[in-house]
Amino acid sequence: MARLLLIAFEPSDAVMGAGFAKDLGLPFDLLAITGSVDSDLGAEKILSAGLPEVPPADGIAMALVGVASGFSHIAAVASMRSKDVLARLAGLLDAAMVTDAIALESPTVFKRPMVAGSIVATVEVLAEPVVITFRPAGFSKPERSGSSAVETIALDGTSKARRVSVTGRGGSRPDLSQAKVVVSGGRPLKDAETFERIIGGLADKLGGAVGATRAAVDSGIAANELQVGQTGKIVAPDLYIAAGISGSTQHMAGIKDSKVIVAINKDGDAPIFEVADYGLVADLYDAVPELTSKV
Amino acid sequence: MRILVPIKRVIDPYAKVRPLPDGSGIDTSGVKFEINPFDEIAMEEAVRLKEKDGSIEIVSVSIGGGECEEQLRKSLAMGADKAVLIETEQSLDSPGVAKELEALVRELQPDLVLMGKQATDDDNNQAAQMLAARLGWPQATFASKVEISGTTATVVRETDTGEETLELSLPAVVTADLRLNEPRYIALPGIIKARSKPLERRPAAVNATPKTRIVKLEQPPRRSAGKRVGSVDELVAALKDRGVL
Repeated sequence: MARLLLIAFEPSDAVMGAGFAKDLGLPFDLLAITGSVDSDLGAEKILSAGLPEVPPADGIAMALVGVASGFSHIAAVASMRSKDVLARLAGLLDAAMVTDAIALESPTVFKRPMVAGSIVATVEVLAEPVVITFRPAGFSKPERSGSSAVETIALDGTSKARRVSVTGRGGSRPDLSQAKVVVSGGRPLKDAETFERIIGGLADKLGGAVGATRAAVDSGIAANELQVGQTGKIVAPDLYIAAGISGSTQHMAGIKDSKVIVAINKDGDAPIFEVADYGLVADLYDAVPELTSKV
Repeated sequence: MRILVPIKRVIDPYAKVRPLPDGSGIDTSGVKFEINPFDEIAMEEAVRLKEKDGSIEIVSVSIGGGECEEQLRKSLAMGADKAVLIETEQSLDSPGVAKELEALVRELQPDLVLMGKQATDDDNNQAAQMLAARLGWPQATFASKVEISGTTATVVRETDTGEETLELSLPAVVTADLRLNEPRYIALPGIIKARSKPLERRPAAVNATPKTRIVKLEQPPRRSAGKRVGSVDELVAALKDRGVL
């Protein structure tokens, strides 16, 4: 029987995943690998592993094989982590896999972007089980009701790899790929301090995340994990504010699912204005601080 | 020590790509083909490792038709010692690719498989992890730094929120991300010289039945330009109207 195992690496994955599960229309169990998830998301049951952190891919994927048995669909929100782990799980299960699903036509037909978003492919899955990573922006919001039973399970994530160190994002800003508001800056922000003050200032005022162009990252004024675009993060916030960003194809590939795009740029001919819902031709050094003071 | 570098022939990543009018494939007329840029980064990294340890042997491998020889020749020019072309006319999905590579790995027994994190045509990001799973080898995806010491690889990898460092005991599978290195430029004489290096063609070993099928390709809906606003006040008002502020 068709059933979905929805995997939440972190508790915040669960809400986005429940919307996908609703659209898929299959009964689902929700596996919480770390932390505890909301119980009113419609899962038949919640499997709670309670690990302090997600083990390296080989360990956690092997541990998931047993849990995944009996499910026709195994899915998680698309992220670098889920691609790392779920593709390995698909290999262990000899499963079909669909990466970055953005829509579905049936439980076996999905749409996904290819070639940096310049093509949308309709993919039919020919074998069970299928492993899916999906981008939440394309799917419904979950309905909240009821309360799922919680079952504690033990996951042995023993890995052949040793995690030596982890450097993470500091501060309290939301995760880029899940944020409702993203403020991004480009290379015109001349150094890291200016970038943080101007872009970070507006982001903090709006409770949003900070993003950057590849050029800004390559020139050292923004951290790698802030890069938005084809080779960085794909974002889909309600509001995307691009300051001093010309709008390369590479960057656009990462932002086009945003609900509202605002462009602030000195150059009125910048390609970003061709996709922006609201464009303001202005010097970002004047306009962004003014915007920060007025929102 | 031996490093295997799988290489995919992909449509020029900088070309404007369109589907064919009937949606049956990508319009490749007048478009060049290249080594998948992330595989090229993996190849460059293998060559840099060999420059530190001359005993390393680099084998590049591609899967596809005879046309893939062009990309394998380039890998030889970059510094691979030999190349293998696994010939098939079938279009393989990632599980199929992983199975062909697995068969080759079991035969050649490399200590490290170094490949791109994803191909820039299908953007799947699957084959390396599936290969590592089938082999039971540890993996480090999205690598931004690779160091080998004895039988240990130390890999700095990019994560959703920053970086982490993994120590893997070899053999292992590592995938290259954008910032691992910048591949060298190969001048024409290097490509000509590489013609004398061995390139073996052999039939596909597994020919797995595909698990997915592309039904059609289409262009995504285009966003159109919205409204120009004249001031920050006008912008704030518009965003409030729209309900996003």
